[in-house]
Amino acid sequence: MSVVFKKTQGLVDKETHYCPGCTHGIIHRITAEVLEELGVLGESIGVAPVGCAVLAYEYFNCDMHEAAHGRAPAVATGIKRVFPEKVVFTYQGDGDLASIGTAEAVHVAHRGEKITTIFVNNAIYGMTGGQMAPTTLIGQKATTSPLGRTVDHSGMPLKVSEMFATIHGAAYIARVSVDTPANVRKAKKAIKEAFQCQIDGKGFSMVEVLSTCPTNWGMTPMDSLTWLRDNMMPYYPMGNFRRPEEDK
Amino acid sequence: MAKVLMKGNEAIGAAAIKAGCKYFFGYPITPQNEIPEYMSKEMPKNDGVFLQAESEVSAINMVYGAAGAGARVMTSSSSPGIALKQEGITYIAGAELPAVIVNIVRGGPGLGGIQPAQSDYNQVTRGGGNGDYKLLTYAPANLQEMVDLVQEAFDLADFYRNPVMVVGDGMIGQMMEPIEFKDIQSGKTLPEKDWATTGTKGARKPNIINSLALDPQDLEDHNVRLQAKYNTMKRDEVRFEEYNMENAEVVCVAYGTTSRIVKNAIDALKEEGINVGLIRPITLWPFPMKPFAELPESAKGILTVEMSMGQMIDDVKIANEGRLPVEFYGRSGGMIPEPDAIKDKIREMVGGAK
Repeated sequence: MSVVFKKTQGLVDKETHYCPGCTHGIIHRITAEVLEELGVLGESIGVAPVGCAVLAYEYFNCDMHEAAHGRAPAVATGIKRVFPEKVVFTYQGDGDLASIGTAEAVHVAHRGEKITTIFVNNAIYGMTGGQMAPTTLIGQKATTSPLGRTVDHSGMPLKVSEMFATIHGAAYIARVSVDTPANVRKAKKAIKEAFQCQIDGKGFSMVEVLSTCPTNWGMTPMDSLTWLRDNMMPYYPMGNFRRPEEDK
Repeated sequence: MAKVLMKGNEAIGAAAIKAGCKYFFGYPITPQNEIPEYMSKEMPKNDGVFLQAESEVSAINMVYGAAGAGARVMTSSSSPGIALKQEGITYIAGAELPAVIVNIVRGGPGLGGIQPAQSDYNQVTRGGGNGDYKLLTYAPANLQEMVDLVQEAFDLADFYRNPVMVVGDGMIGQMMEPIEFKDIQSGKTLPEKDWATTGTKGARKPNIINSLALDPQDLEDHNVRLQAKYNTMKRDEVRFEEYNMENAEVVCVAYGTTSRIVKNAIDALKEEGINVGLIRPITLWPFPMKPFAELPESAKGILTVEMSMGQMIDDVKIANEGRLPVEFYGRSGGMIPEPDAIKDKIREMVGGAK
């Protein structure tokens, strides 16, 4: 009997703490599968964020470093400068990357640091209990925007991939989603390209993954996926914003 | 080895390279700019890496990453920049990683000024960042001592798996003095860095660098272990110098370049027949308690002299345990204590005329 599917070696045998219906688990799995398929798991060092994925260091089956809120790109820079030949990645949410860590994230791209960032955008602060993020949509309710986000008060949601596409050192920028099996496959392909970009020494690579937060959105997992498609995708279009050959 | 004449900040860089420091992450701030400038020039020649970060916050987190990867790594800054680095310093201490941090102190609060000061005493000895942690903190008084301590600091950081801070006021950074670069040996047997994030190569379980412990009992246990380490430092790493303590009527306490001004005052007063001693802490943490328990019978009072409005004086009072009256003389904002003013204060204390 042939094996058609098995659990990746890229994750340890541990139950995650993520809420039911949360897509972090899928994103962990496809990232780990990519590291395994590229044969770099034993040469990889991951940097975990502060946020829902704060415990990512307990799940990935490679060396891991837990950073302060928003500082994962700086920590990753320190590691990569010590080990230029190893694969270094950060795994960050939208509070971590798009708010407190914008300076570190922009400058890791600006330096063309050869690391890969998995940026999970669920339009809200998850771990702290559903506060407004820079990525929260207009009209979306959060515990710190109880009547819904307004442009006048908080500005328009930050489009991180579009912003990073203007940075020369960013070699690969893509936005994907994990709302359907087909999109999960596309997301995995993008993550693989991003890591390959790092391995080839082409520069900074980032994959923004549109993600759900059923708990803090106050929806069922299925309704969350629908909400993501109806509300996030129009504002945060999927696609490649930058490829290694551009500007070269 | 022959002596060389060097500027303090450049000598710090040279000492670090001699100690095997291979990674330097910095950010410009006066009066320490010659350290990153020197490192940008010399690191590449010595198989090392210099990187200018986008902020002090980022620089210290790069140190955190490189230290976790097992490298000998350093950063430097000055007072407001050190305040920004406190976030990373507490993580480095919590995750028990070795790193050397140099603080060339300028006047505060806020943006303050760019002239020499010692008003970071509390910032460097009281943690500065969150949580129960301590840094080994050295305060050299001249450039020879500075380069010796910078070299040794890397061994001590590795030995204790703890950040080490070397504190110089702006004068130490900017002055020139002849220096001999010696082969400094700490005498410590350094542990293997088998905890570092070097990649598992599929041959071992993942190494995890972390300061998070959500279980209260785990976090308390971690703090108890850290405290035991700090107690070992208190036992083994205290350094101080005593000067002219025999028959001293007044005992001054001063560190860094201020101690040199106090020594001038002591020598001048000796010619007047007034005997004054000096306790010079070389480690600000752990603070030297012992000399205060062994003060000469002749001592009638203690005078703390600082380039601040009075910060170390709190530790002097703790160490003194109420035995003698403790007086203070200090200048701040970049103003330097004058020997004559120190002499006047001492004459006042011994009951003589000004």
